[in-house]
Amino acid sequence: MVSPRSRSLFDGAIIGPAIRESFVKLDPRVQLRNPVMFIVEVGAFVSILYAFRDAAHGQAGFDVAISIWLWFTVLFANFAEAVAEGRGKAQAEFLRRTKSDTYARRINADGREEKIVSSQLRKGDRIVVEAGEIIAADGEIVEGAATVDESAITGESAPVIRESGGDRSSVTGGTRVLSDRIVFVVGTNPGESFLDRMISLVEGAKRQKTPNEIALSILLSGLTVIFIIAVATLGPFSLYAGAVPSVVVLIALLVCLIPTTIGGLLSAIGIAGMDRVLQRNVLAMSGRAVEAAGDVDTLLLDKTGTITLGNRQATEVVLAPGINAADAYRAAYYASLADETPEGRSIVTLCGPLAGIDPSTNGKLPDGATFVPFSAYTRMSGLDLSNGNAVRKGAPDAVRAWVSERSGGAATMALAGEVERIARAGGTPLLLADERRVLGVIYLRDILKPNMRERFDRLRAMGIRTVMITGDNPLTASAIAREAGVDDFLAEATPETKMALIKREQASGRLVAMTGDGTNDAPALAQADVGVAMNSGTQAAKEAGNMVDLDSDPTKLIEVVEVGKQLLMTRGALTTFSIANDVAKYFAILPAMFMTTYPAMGALNIMHLATPQSAILSAIIFNALIIIALIPLALRGVSYRPRGANAVLRENVLIYGLGGLVVPFVGIKIIDLILVALHLTGGHS
Amino acid sequence: MTVVGWLQAALVFALVWLCVKPLGTHMALAFEGERTWLTPIVGPIERALYRLCRIDPAREMTWKGYAFAVVAFSLVSLVYLYVLLRTQAYLPLNPQHFGNLAPDLAWNTAVSFMTNTNWQFYSGESTMSYLSQMAGLAWHMFVSAGTGIAIAFALMRGIARVGKTTIGNFWVDLTRAVLYVLLPISLVGALFLAWQGVPQNFSDYTTVKTVEGAAQSIPQGPMASMESIKELGTNGGGFVNANSASPFENPTGASNAVELWFIFLIGGALTYAYGRMVRNQRQGWAIFAAMTTLFVVGFVVAYGAEAAGNPIMHAIGVGGGNMEGKETRFGIAASALFATMTTDTSCGAVNAMHDSFTALGGLVPIANMQLGEIVFGGVGSGFYGMIAFVILTVFIAGLMVGRTPEFLGKKIERREVQLAILAALVVPFFALVPAGIASVLPAGTATLNNAGPHGFSEILYAYTSGVNNNGSAFAGLGSNTYWNISMGIVMLFGRIAIMIPILALAGALVRKQSVAATSGTFTTTSPIFVVLLLGTIIIVGALTFFPADALGPIVEHLLMLQGKQF
Repeated sequence: MVSPRSRSLFDGAIIGPAIRESFVKLDPRVQLRNPVMFIVEVGAFVSILYAFRDAAHGQAGFDVAISIWLWFTVLFANFAEAVAEGRGKAQAEFLRRTKSDTYARRINADGREEKIVSSQLRKGDRIVVEAGEIIAADGEIVEGAATVDESAITGESAPVIRESGGDRSSVTGGTRVLSDRIVFVVGTNPGESFLDRMISLVEGAKRQKTPNEIALSILLSGLTVIFIIAVATLGPFSLYAGAVPSVVVLIALLVCLIPTTIGGLLSAIGIAGMDRVLQRNVLAMSGRAVEAAGDVDTLLLDKTGTITLGNRQATEVVLAPGINAADAYRAAYYASLADETPEGRSIVTLCGPLAGIDPSTNGKLPDGATFVPFSAYTRMSGLDLSNGNAVRKGAPDAVRAWVSERSGGAATMALAGEVERIARAGGTPLLLADERRVLGVIYLRDILKPNMRERFDRLRAMGIRTVMITGDNPLTASAIAREAGVDDFLAEATPETKMALIKREQASGRLVAMTGDGTNDAPALAQADVGVAMNSGTQAAKEAGNMVDLDSDPTKLIEVVEVGKQLLMTRGALTTFSIANDVAKYFAILPAMFMTTYPAMGALNIMHLATPQSAILSAIIFNALIIIALIPLALRGVSYRPRGANAVLRENVLIYGLGGLVVPFVGIKIIDLILVALHLTGGHS
Repeated sequence: MTVVGWLQAALVFALVWLCVKPLGTHMALAFEGERTWLTPIVGPIERALYRLCRIDPAREMTWKGYAFAVVAFSLVSLVYLYVLLRTQAYLPLNPQHFGNLAPDLAWNTAVSFMTNTNWQFYSGESTMSYLSQMAGLAWHMFVSAGTGIAIAFALMRGIARVGKTTIGNFWVDLTRAVLYVLLPISLVGALFLAWQGVPQNFSDYTTVKTVEGAAQSIPQGPMASMESIKELGTNGGGFVNANSASPFENPTGASNAVELWFIFLIGGALTYAYGRMVRNQRQGWAIFAAMTTLFVVGFVVAYGAEAAGNPIMHAIGVGGGNMEGKETRFGIAASALFATMTTDTSCGAVNAMHDSFTALGGLVPIANMQLGEIVFGGVGSGFYGMIAFVILTVFIAGLMVGRTPEFLGKKIERREVQLAILAALVVPFFALVPAGIASVLPAGTATLNNAGPHGFSEILYAYTSGVNNNGSAFAGLGSNTYWNISMGIVMLFGRIAIMIPILALAGALVRKQSVAATSGTFTTTSPIFVVLLLGTIIIVGALTFFPADALGPIVEHLLMLQGKQF
């Protein structure tokens, strides 16, 4: 997916089909879905009929010119939509190629393997896959572990580990096993797989108008009706004034007044918004979800992986009084040598060199030593040496109890103050001891991801509150929250407290977004207004959320929020621009319409357009070209900097409101000058 | 333009502004059923009325129930007035022995007063018995104004309440509007006007001999009591044909100032009551600021155009401003002020002939009405018309800041936009379509007094005035059956077809949960929002009429500059 995703805005491979598609979309049944453009198409058609009628008097030139530009107006709007769709289609095509029919080895009830076509797989089938084979369907691993190449889905070339149990047990159809053997249970029926859904989503086949888009369409349709009334009644009004109104001119006025700019670009904006999310490798299950992201008030962020770099790391060993540094470091090194947790490994990395241990012996346990793994019951781990000595590291109270027992009541309260200090600072203190005494405290520290504080400041400027979710105790949590700059935190979080927090936020009228990957996150993901599941997560999590992050990067949520806001802003800005345009168009067309009856009306021709024909034509041409000119803006979205709403409003009103008033005056005048230069002013009058 | 002229306007506006807070507070208290200083006096009457009518004041209505009550009440009172006008000859208090009204005129008049329009295709002093004036027309002046105020409060409740279903009880709101607001103020006003010289009696008309020896009949009647509610309730229907230009209805400079003050009084105070209801006074002031801006601009243009006068007259040696159709007692400033204020609101009372204004001066009243009379507006109706524009503005502005638009914590979604745009459609539809028909129909143009674009202005003005329930006219237009019937229809739809979507809007908003405000929510009290609101009002509200106005007052103005007039 990498290649199609990095396409530029106007790629030759998209433009060609899009132009063809623009003509296909002229079908009135397609246009009917967009009332504003439907009116333009009807107007274009009627103008053609009048052109035929007027051809008899040899005056069809003007009618034809108007009609041609009205058709262009519709085509330009179609083109905008087709380009937006084209980007998705290119990606869908790429995905479809990976979805070739494969064979799967199904394990039947009697334990025998059977080779069947992937399209015949049903939910609940048990499938075995070995290195080099394609995983034929979505499912959950029940046996074994394997490295899997998921680049077809995620675009990420590094293989990932998938294993039974835990939160990395889901497999996706279309990906390839690189090593080992796994057995998985099929989770979806054919046609419902993740790949299928992804194809239909990026293709926009099932695109439905989002709530906000519907509300805006209603507003635009209402305005269109108002302008139809205003223009249609001009017919009898001009009859009263003794002028015979030209239907083609009335159509031209109507098309100029109805909000064609936003009407023509509306669906392109929506599709492009989905596409921008996709470019960030996030798959939104609906446009509604992207829109909701823009409304989010509260962001729940998991501490680990989102705010901090994966896991804690040892940064320091504080020695107990009277302890030799080398002894302590060696003890810490040995206590962690067999500890495969990231924390354990970081202790080895820190203390090995400090203890002066030869790197070549790295990883080798002393002879006869046995590793005592961590358990939730003992809350410590360490090494028992063959000479009866032992080292332990772990939760301070557990280690103290152990020392006290082994040494027969030695004083164990050394370093109590240090332990307290580390905990208060947001770190995790691990007490280090041998069988006789406390040696020191290992300081495990959360390492914040770079630039997180700036990100949270940006969110705050947008009016979004960030809440850090962590399993740590409140003391640690508050220290990290302070360091990272989040607004609030939820300590000792469980799926239940997390759920309660979401409901509480929602009850006070806030929209909540969160990320999650585990099965126990699924209810909260479903409850949240925007739930982003990590692609590495379980099937349950992916189904509960309304977005899937293919990169499994929880900080992505922040970008999704920005895309959502940008989507709404683009709609609002172009609506304002479109409506503000009307003022100039009135001043172009009205004097042109009535100058023959009331020459005094010439005073309203403040742009000094050459002739009535050139005035009307210039307005219509401007109206059509502005759609083309704004396609890049519609696809890219208006520029967005995170700031307070009032500042954003002020700036956008200035650019799109005031700009919308001024630009058409300039644009229409320039077009008129060009028409004059080309002698296309119909200048008999 | 003179210093005295500007001072007159400043004085009137200062009076309005001073009453915004006290009257607004009083109304908010009264409508929430809390104790006001009037409660000891009118409380017992209120309770007696509820007992008599079997109204349980604690039982609230959904928007549908409320709308049903409003429509039912309006239609019943419409029939009542129609019957009264058709039978006044047989009823008492008819010293001049006026006959019954013809069916089409009775229809037009009944609709006109029921809808708070007070369009008058008749001359009061030669058509209406005292009973018809008092028990028919003046009664409607109270209840139609009361209905408007009631709906405004129903909408305020819809905005203020969270997650509820009911928006108040129409019967209670109507009763309170009349007892706590309209009756007490108009009583004081009537006494003041009577003191200034407005007649208040049941006498026969006085016949006098003029200095030239001709016999002249001087109208009498209960004028002061009707005059006061005429302005206070933004009704505008005069007891006599000349309305507030007549020395009987408006004898002095002081009476003129009080009448102007009354026109804006309730509309101004409602913005404060609104701020109080939604517990954010700045919301009310923001709307007040938008209204004031539009008022000032309108007055400056009208006053400027009238003071500049007519270059054609200047050319033939008649200098100064345009005094045609104005009372010399009031002069240009007070006439321009009256014309601006009477069309900012749905009042429609006049102290000068709008028909005789310069083209640009006459454009101001038309444009004011085309905006939908939301500049303080008709009592109640001005407020709810403004809220429809606020909703549309919030929707567009809200999108621009990148959130689903919110108005006072409530999300503006599909249904709210639908209802607001529906309400906004009513004015252009029922003003322009009938005007289009009338301008090509012989029956429509038959009674025009003027040719050319000015004749068209008269047609446009009439239907614009009708649909907005204003009632003022370019008086060059005479009545006939076609006009009686078509204006009746337009006035009726102009009232009901806006009220129903507004009540539905209240019903939609009242159910909504409130969304917490963050720095990502834009405020609807900032100057930038007021500017945006004005932009929406002008582009969506007024520009719709730009093509039509271009063929009427605008071209007329341009032709006048070229030395041509109609």
